Amino acid sequence: MGALDAVNFFGGFKQSIKQVLEPRVTTQYPKEKAPKPPRLHGRHVLNRYEDGLEKCIGCELCAAVCPADCIYVRGADNNIEDPTSPGERYGYVYEINYLRCIHCDLCVEACPTEAITESKMFEFSFTSRADAIYTKNELVVDDEGHPRHQPWEDWRDADEEHTSGWMRATSPSGNAETEGKVQWSAELGYGKRYPEAGQSDNRNDELTGNISVREVEKKKISVKLGGKVR
Amino acid sequence: MPILGSVDLGDPLFAHGFGLAVLVTILVKVLVAFAALLVSVMLMIWFERKVISDMQNRIGPNRAGPFGLLQTLADGTKLFFKEDLLPTRADKFVFRLAPLLVLVPAFLMFVIVPVGGVVTIANHVVELQVADPPIGILFMLVVSSIGVYGTMLAGWSSGSKYPLLGSIRASAQMISYEAAMGLSVIVVILESHALSTRAIVESQAQHFWQWNVLRLGVVPFIIFFIASTAELNRPPFDLAEGESELGGGFHTEYSSIRFALFFLAEFMNTITMSAVVVTLFFGGPDGPGFHVVTWLWPILWFLGKTAIFCYIQVWIRASLPRMRYDQLMDLGWKRLIPLSLAWLLIVAAMIYSVAWGFAVIAGSIVAFVLINRAVKVSAYRRKEAESFLPKGRVTSISGAKTVMAPSDPATTYQETKG
Repeated sequence: MGALDAVNFFGGFKQSIKQVLEPRVTTQYPKEKAPKPPRLHGRHVLNRYEDGLEKCIGCELCAAVCPADCIYVRGADNNIEDPTSPGERYGYVYEINYLRCIHCDLCVEACPTEAITESKMFEFSFTSRADAIYTKNELVVDDEGHPRHQPWEDWRDADEEHTSGWMRATSPSGNAETEGKVQWSAELGYGKRYPEAGQSDNRNDELTGNISVREVEKKKISVKLGGKVR
Repeated sequence: MPILGSVDLGDPLFAHGFGLAVLVTILVKVLVAFAALLVSVMLMIWFERKVISDMQNRIGPNRAGPFGLLQTLADGTKLFFKEDLLPTRADKFVFRLAPLLVLVPAFLMFVIVPVGGVVTIANHVVELQVADPPIGILFMLVVSSIGVYGTMLAGWSSGSKYPLLGSIRASAQMISYEAAMGLSVIVVILESHALSTRAIVESQAQHFWQWNVLRLGVVPFIIFFIASTAELNRPPFDLAEGESELGGGFHTEYSSIRFALFFLAEFMNTITMSAVVVTLFFGGPDGPGFHVVTWLWPILWFLGKTAIFCYIQVWIRASLPRMRYDQLMDLGWKRLIPLSLAWLLIVAAMIYSVAWGFAVIAGSIVAFVLINRAVKVSAYRRKEAESFLPKGRVTSISGAKTVMAPSDPATTYQETKG
């Protein structure tokens, strides 16, 4: 043990005592919530068009792609007088078993009409197996396009605001201007939002073009953490 | 501020014989000490968790009670209602006995600590400590050694591998550090000419430069503090527990309230050892007082000093990683014991005469250089010997060697091909 070793030895003590004056990093979870990452996978919503028609066409691609086998869909023919969805068929039965779902988001990628998306709400600790199976009653968004709040779900104000999209237009990324362009629209947000540019094209607008979602969300996150971006 | 009272061996409480008043006094002392210890353990666990979380930028327990003060109570209640598991292969009697063997000495050790000065109640001189036996500090050493049995037997009786390893570590570690600890206690006894803790405290009274920590040089204090941390099984010496390597060590198989008893004892020992350090080296309840409530000031001084040492213990825990086992043994046998032995000789010679003192210092330095040289030469020779061994993976743990056959890449390749 040289003199230098002894200095290093006490350096450890200095380091730990210095932390006493540093700010705490704990988030008092049930009382306050940390901002969720932009691409967090939460519970699903079944979206509707602005005129109220459901987006789901009952094609069962989501059920086919689901690795956990948690989605059960049965399609049926639309009533021509009073259609549930535009087009020929609609999702007659739609059930997701959240005891099985692994939130891989493959159903969202498979969906041709972007009827199913994932919100960021993961705090739904149901207490019975029946509650674990979300049917159309729970999944389909309400007339304003908001997800339906189940009694056992823990929502805070504006929790659902920062969530994946509902009320999206028919164009691929939820915006008429972007129709026909290659866009990556993994994240949609509240109401309509500009999508991220696709990986191959060179779009560069001030909103999201060529900027990662995290960068776009940075300000929101930094505000929530008191000026500190993690 | 002088601490009143006689320097007589033995408790002055018994000066007028043993009567009802004496019995009541003793009972009250015991009950107060018991209750105070339990409450202080509760606070100590909370304190440790809070201070560590301070040092890790966390908040720590803050749910149960104001500032989370009742967290320990909540944890204790929870542990009480957990299932009490008894391993099939355990030695059932010893398994049940071991937690008590740890807990009872933890209570007993506090008995000899002088908490305050001396008060006179109804013509009886009452020392503010539970007992003041003439053997004093030896009692502390004896009782803390019994606590080692608890740890040892707990691991042994569990009938399981990791606890056994933990208990082997515990026994080796505690025996190694007991020696250094005892030697540094002897230095204190040399200076104060008495074993009684009251006498030790009184010999340091009046001025802070008479505290043993300064009077004996800082070395015995440092040795005692390191050795006591090792005795307590606290980090960085918690090898007997070793969560990451032994999965809890000696208490792996314990659950429910028996598990809680180990922790109760550990934290109680932490407080007691801080109190003993204060008693031996920092003048115990000594400190400036005022003429308002004379009996209160020594108690406050004692509590304050003890709290500081509790904080330092937690600070050490937050700062240092666990030692490797051979480092632990190196520190104990190669550094602390020679150092404390040399210091004991120096202090003894200094008390005899200054000339002898310097002679012994010179002798110690020569001995240190010789020992250092011997260690270096033996290390060099071992390295030399290892270089003659066949090439391959050589694992060497202080002399014992396992040589694995060198694998020839060419042959292995051919084997897989064929």
